[in-house]
Amino acid sequence: MTDATTRSADHALSDGALFSTQLEWIARRAEPLAIPIGALIVGLALFSLFIAAVGKSPSELFELMWRGGFGSMFSIQNTLSRAAPLLLAALCVALPARLGLVVIGGEGAIVLGGVAAAALGTALSGAPAMLTIVLMAIAGMIAGGIWIGAVGALRHYRAVNETISSLLMAYIAIALMNHLVEGPLRDPASLNKPSTEPLAEAYRIGNIPGMDVHWGLVVGIVACVLSWILIEKTRWGFAARIAGDNVRAAQLQGLAVGPLIVGFCALAGAFAGLAGMIEVSAVQGSANGSLAVGYGYTGILVAFLARHNPLAIIPVAILLGGIDASGGLIQRRMDLPDATVLVLQGMLFVVILFSETFYGRFRIFNPDLWKRNA
Amino acid sequence: MTKRLSLSRRQLLRSTAAGAAVGLASALPLRSAYAADTTIGFIYVGPKDDYGYNQAHAEGAASLKGMEGVTIVEEENVPETVDVQKTMESMINLDGAALLFPTSFGYFDPHMLAMCEKYPDIQFRHCGGLWSEDKHPKNAGSYFGYIGLGQYLNGIVAGHTTKSKKIGFVAAKPIPQVLQNINSYLLGAQAVDPEIACQVIFTGEWSLAVKEAEATNALVDQGVDVITCHVDGPKVVVETAAGRDAFVCGYHANQSALAPEKYLTGAEWNWANVYKMYVDKQLAGEPLPNFTRGGIADGFVKMSPLGPAVSDAARKQFEATLDEIKQGGFAVIKGPLKDNKGNVVATEGQSFPETAIELESMDYLVEGVLGSTS
Repeated sequence: MTDATTRSADHALSDGALFSTQLEWIARRAEPLAIPIGALIVGLALFSLFIAAVGKSPSELFELMWRGGFGSMFSIQNTLSRAAPLLLAALCVALPARLGLVVIGGEGAIVLGGVAAAALGTALSGAPAMLTIVLMAIAGMIAGGIWIGAVGALRHYRAVNETISSLLMAYIAIALMNHLVEGPLRDPASLNKPSTEPLAEAYRIGNIPGMDVHWGLVVGIVACVLSWILIEKTRWGFAARIAGDNVRAAQLQGLAVGPLIVGFCALAGAFAGLAGMIEVSAVQGSANGSLAVGYGYTGILVAFLARHNPLAIIPVAILLGGIDASGGLIQRRMDLPDATVLVLQGMLFVVILFSETFYGRFRIFNPDLWKRNA
Repeated sequence: MTKRLSLSRRQLLRSTAAGAAVGLASALPLRSAYAADTTIGFIYVGPKDDYGYNQAHAEGAASLKGMEGVTIVEEENVPETVDVQKTMESMINLDGAALLFPTSFGYFDPHMLAMCEKYPDIQFRHCGGLWSEDKHPKNAGSYFGYIGLGQYLNGIVAGHTTKSKKIGFVAAKPIPQVLQNINSYLLGAQAVDPEIACQVIFTGEWSLAVKEAEATNALVDQGVDVITCHVDGPKVVVETAAGRDAFVCGYHANQSALAPEKYLTGAEWNWANVYKMYVDKQLAGEPLPNFTRGGIADGFVKMSPLGPAVSDAARKQFEATLDEIKQGGFAVIKGPLKDNKGNVVATEGQSFPETAIELESMDYLVEGVLGSTS
């Protein structure tokens, strides 16, 4: 590292080549952009082979995908609506991942966050709207935070594998939701689809003005940006990254690893709980079984594709939202089953994960290698 | 005709106003390809080939495909979230659909109602009997069938077939519709032999293959030899039961192909009939009914052809009862009748035909059902 820095400094001094420094700057930053885009192209190419193999036209398919996901204002809003819940769900995976934890049970926090928010919203019926909405959001975040925070605590203090415990906790959460929604919290009028009592209209957060996308998109993007700042620009984030790289080293440095793990997990769960609250307040209007539709699991995909970088979660969620939005059009126009979209998602996932092995391998993105041979 | 013209003009205006030049240019050719006739959209919550609830609707949709001037667009695996709202909008905006059938129960409130408000010129008909004149918009509506008598007929064949005098029911959730089916199934069997009991197991979810298989195995282990179910896709129950050498009665659609030897009969939806009625009216420019509901006598529900294992005595009683049902007014729940906790649910002389409003809020299992609603 030191070696490289000195050499590049020498280089800059000897030639005085401002141009070359700029080129290096671009080359270093182009890598994290070029590799995923390259992977995307390879993934789509593989998918075209698959589509051609089942006797359909890949070009028609891509045209439809563009039209259904991004080709018009309607399609863009369709895409953004579907991307919105994925942002927060992905943060629930990405934040613990920076500490080296693989938490896959965000679904549980989403579900409980939704139930907590709905319960509070009905209990506070009549209170001022703004206040209630904020309290509902806090209730959702507390519920989700406790759930995933407990996963972190089990991990650090009792050495329970967080992947397994978070998944099992998600099952418990869904069972708990079913019990509450079909039992104590059930609206007696919801005969054939057990739900909590409908929220008052005032407690519904609507769409972003001028758009057909609910506020969850803005909340999600803000949460992603804040998480990025937390990880990259604060001392807690720095400590978390150290602990993520090497727990023992972090402990030797005197970092409070336990509180760090529990805190990051709780924050991750809080974001997922917030997603549940938004789902209740912006979309469903009550808590019911439709909260557990798999956002938590799609969030895993988003977080891994984004390499657990909170800022990268935004474009990845939009990409998956777009694929999802265009999936309908593909079904309707090309008479392909819904599973087509899953095949595409799977191919992209594998290729993008595989592409991670290429970081640092291409000379063009690595100015240090240019000089070594020069 | 005028309706169709104004529809595409509105969409043109919307795209133009949005300034989406790309969308406009690319959306036009496809839209015109679909504007030549009436486009009807079908939306399913699960796969179209689930041998169950969704397949029953998809078969109804498929029966319309040959009709002159009708284009059918379908989308499967659409969750009861903002996704279904966007799918409806996508069918309206990109396919020019004028009539939509969102078929899952949970699509109605809030999703379909939100779209009815947003697109007052489009007709929406929902499967589930939830529409009410004083609460819901005029471009919305409901259609549903009374299928309890189908389960009663299943019970008659089961009653003749069982040797252990114990029949079984794999149920999703203890909601009124499911309870009606369980009670009807047992009362059908008791019309053959009052000694027969029915063991019920609730899985807690509409679609959860693992628990459905476990429940089926548990029933067979307890000595049950004829099984039916009320879950979204009976495939797992039918195959598991037949694999364990038990007989099965179908539900939702015809599952005889899955167990040709063991399949006795089944209660099936006859949506083709209902959809054809709507589409005929739509093509003729007549208003569509807002609320329509019927049972076996009205052609909303039909029975699968009797299988090879059905005895002559069973066939005779099945056919006689079917004839009686077709006369109309047949009542399964009639006094004196107790629930399985000993409470009287119908006194001597009291009788509730399938159309009785009291049955809509059923919360009991009749005497002879082994199991509990909570």
